[in-house]
Amino acid sequence: MIRFEHVFKEYPRSGLALNDVTFQIRKAEFCFLTGHSGAGKSTLLRLIHMAERPTRGEVLVSGYSSTKIRSREIALLRRKIGFVFQDFRLLQNRTAAENVAFALEVTGAPRGAIRSRVSKLLAQVGLASKSEAYPSELSGGEQQRVAVARALAHNPMVLLADEPTGNLDERATRGIFELFRSINAAGTAIVMATHNLDLVRSAPTCRVIELDHGTVVYDSGRES
Amino acid sequence: MAYAVREALAAFRRAPVLTSLSAAMIALSLFVIGLFGIAAHNVRRVLDQVESRVEVVAYLRDNASTDAVQLALAEVRAYPEVLEAFYVSRDEALERARQQLPEFRTLFGELEVNPLPASIEVRLLPGQRSPEIVQRVAERISAYPFVEDTRYGREWIDKIYLLRRIAGAAALVVGGAFAAVATLIIGTAIRMAIFARREEIQIMRLVGATDSFIRRPFLIEGLLTGLIGAGLALSLTYTTYKVLFRAVFELAWLPDTWVVAGLATGGVLGLLASSIAVRRHLREL
Repeated sequence: MIRFEHVFKEYPRSGLALNDVTFQIRKAEFCFLTGHSGAGKSTLLRLIHMAERPTRGEVLVSGYSSTKIRSREIALLRRKIGFVFQDFRLLQNRTAAENVAFALEVTGAPRGAIRSRVSKLLAQVGLASKSEAYPSELSGGEQQRVAVARALAHNPMVLLADEPTGNLDERATRGIFELFRSINAAGTAIVMATHNLDLVRSAPTCRVIELDHGTVVYDSGRES
Repeated sequence: MAYAVREALAAFRRAPVLTSLSAAMIALSLFVIGLFGIAAHNVRRVLDQVESRVEVVAYLRDNASTDAVQLALAEVRAYPEVLEAFYVSRDEALERARQQLPEFRTLFGELEVNPLPASIEVRLLPGQRSPEIVQRVAERISAYPFVEDTRYGREWIDKIYLLRRIAGAAALVVGGAFAAVATLIIGTAIRMAIFARREEIQIMRLVGATDSFIRRPFLIEGLLTGLIGAGLALSLTYTTYKVLFRAVFELAWLPDTWVVAGLATGGVLGLLASSIAVRRHLREL
């Protein structure tokens, strides 16, 4: 489903961000990406999302190759990929429901279908009662749940999460992680970049890929 | 499409000053073009009227034989440029002079000898009245040995043509300069709109909106700004025409096709400016 083939990513100013990275993520897999700041975790996620292209090597996502994909196809690919960030990235002038609906509106979903889909998504992340609240009226954990609901809007095959619990307290972190586990159990693969090693240790069945200076130094999936 | 139109209209609410300024600039540039357009159109009308009166007059020598003149007249009538040609005898010329110049009536009455020559008057077909053609016809007629002189008012024909060209060129230059400024201002307005909505645009990209979908509201915004500007220019031009021009001297309003072309120009200008701005600035996000 996701394959990295000898991927190098170099930036003109900061140098090599990924150094000969090769791995594969299968359907419905839960994979942690760990490593210190600047190890290349975010770059790796951006390459999966095709927000960037590798300097060398090839990234394959759901049949699309980074060497051949066209800009219109990138838009279509992104409908199969959900993405959540540490800073939530919600639109402050829209309610929780409107933030989720936005993802459907801008991809041309029929208006009639949007409302019921949004209700289902908000119920799935446990925010049915707060659909009319603005982000500023929600806690960090709740805002991240709205972001997750938005990321799930198109029934993605994979959910990418870049430090999704970085701004959350322990309880909210646990809640988001449990939400991810339930999403994963329903068949969506998860690739989650995190610094939180306690969280990683608490889920020994999940795969862990550790990066250091752009190189994969540990991959529990490969060992197995 | 409903989303794009809704967002484009929302842009007018979000930044009313900037969008109004853009529309005003388009209005100003088209207003200038409109005023010059009225001038050019009216010069053209005058020119058409004057042109219809353009004639070549060949004054004949006194010893010209009637047969030779009749033969020449038949030949001249056969020229492809000629609408009609007729002979004016010396007596007819004197009679005409008496009627057209009543202040000299006594002078003409005292004359013992008619000083006026006979002539052949030639009218040209519409579309065959340019200075070059008039000159060519006059030269051909001059070739007859019994023709003493030809007159065709070449100078003022040239001047009117020049005036018409100047009005057209001035409209293009001044209006073009304003249009260029309008394009820049619309570009800036769109740029600011993109900047104000950059978070939204980033999220749109994140969730898989296509580039054309992202561009559409900005393009519609540009188109609407252009059309509003053009509408404003039209009402400004019409008001000026009514209030000022009508009071001073009689003028004709612009032909419908010009009005439609002006409105379309406004729309195209707005669309063009926004499409350039969107292409440039979306890439930066």
